[in-house]
Amino acid sequence: MSSTEIRSQVREFISGRFPQVTFDDDQDIFEMGFVNSLFAMELVVFVERTFSVRVPNGELRRENFRSVTSITEVVERVTAASTTA
Amino acid sequence: MTNVAVVGAGVMGTGVAQNLAQSGHTVVLIDRDEQTVERAMARIGLNCRLSHMFGGPETDSEEVLSRITGGTDLALLADSEVVIENITENWELKSELYPRLDAAAHPDAVFVANTSAIPITRIASLTSRPERVAGVHFMNPVPMKPAVELIPGHHTTPEALERVRSLLDSMGKKAIDVNDACGFVSNRVLMLTVNEAAFLVHEGVADAETVDEVFRSCFGHPMGPLETADLIGVDTILYSVEVLHEHYADSKYRPCPLLKKMTDAGLHGRKSGQGFYRYDGSGAAVTSSREPLPATG
Repeated sequence: MSSTEIRSQVREFISGRFPQVTFDDDQDIFEMGFVNSLFAMELVVFVERTFSVRVPNGELRRENFRSVTSITEVVERVTAASTTA
Repeated sequence: MTNVAVVGAGVMGTGVAQNLAQSGHTVVLIDRDEQTVERAMARIGLNCRLSHMFGGPETDSEEVLSRITGGTDLALLADSEVVIENITENWELKSELYPRLDAAAHPDAVFVANTSAIPITRIASLTSRPERVAGVHFMNPVPMKPAVELIPGHHTTPEALERVRSLLDSMGKKAIDVNDACGFVSNRVLMLTVNEAAFLVHEGVADAETVDEVFRSCFGHPMGPLETADLIGVDTILYSVEVLHEHYADSKYRPCPLLKKMTDAGLHGRKSGQGFYRYDGSGAAVTSSREPLPATG
């Protein structure tokens, strides 16, 4: 899956949950105040199911899930690691 | 380390089991429904993995899960030194369960009732070991909350209470001692506050957003009473107020009709997508621009 497709699916998931909120791909969704621990949990489950990956515990860091761009990067990183493993 | 049985794998039981296992204890997690146990185990695994994202310790989810055995058979608790009961806050259910726990557990095991309102002495009367029954009112989410109410029943021995306090201490919980009375301290005040806040909306004095704004802006509370009601569950609030009303037979605990109507209508708060506010999405996600329920006369 291309970076653009990953980015688009991540963006669609977040904006589907928060349709009234406008945000760009680099904006910190935690700092915007609407992300709580329950949504973070949904986000991780969404990423793992949609992209068929298991995010290693070391990658489960707030900075990796703070924006559309950072989530896209973590998916690419984890996918690449599982392909080369 | 202690062998602990956690009975009831709902939100509270799941949190208690996770907290115990993270603290190094061996846990059996029992529920009458197998799927509920499976869901609880999955939730604990995910919670542990995500713990670090929210300022918690780095937790090895597999190690934590390896300390928990899930199942539906009460025979699993035969070797447990402490049994923590977390089933629904319903007297009929508890009075059916406790004699069975009493028969299944080791005679020396201490029972802990995780209840938010039901008197511990009344629960202890269901068993043959009232001197080894204590109450603990855990707060939600259990692994994140630093304190609990610790309640002895009329017959609870100091030794049994100290065993419970020591277990709580190992879980990182400060035990605040409170005497046995329906609702203890926390819910005697909180439920009455939420009920009265619901009356303000019911009578059209203010809408939910305004009531909560007064508590947040004037008193500095992180959440208003009606946001709290949505978090706890409007139905749970109603049941707790009804327990207080029944127990004290005092009209100050009369449940607000709006709570009854909302419960009947399925407006149970965050878990159902609408309570005093509407919540977006299918899960627990909350929109930043919540629409409050309009005030009704």
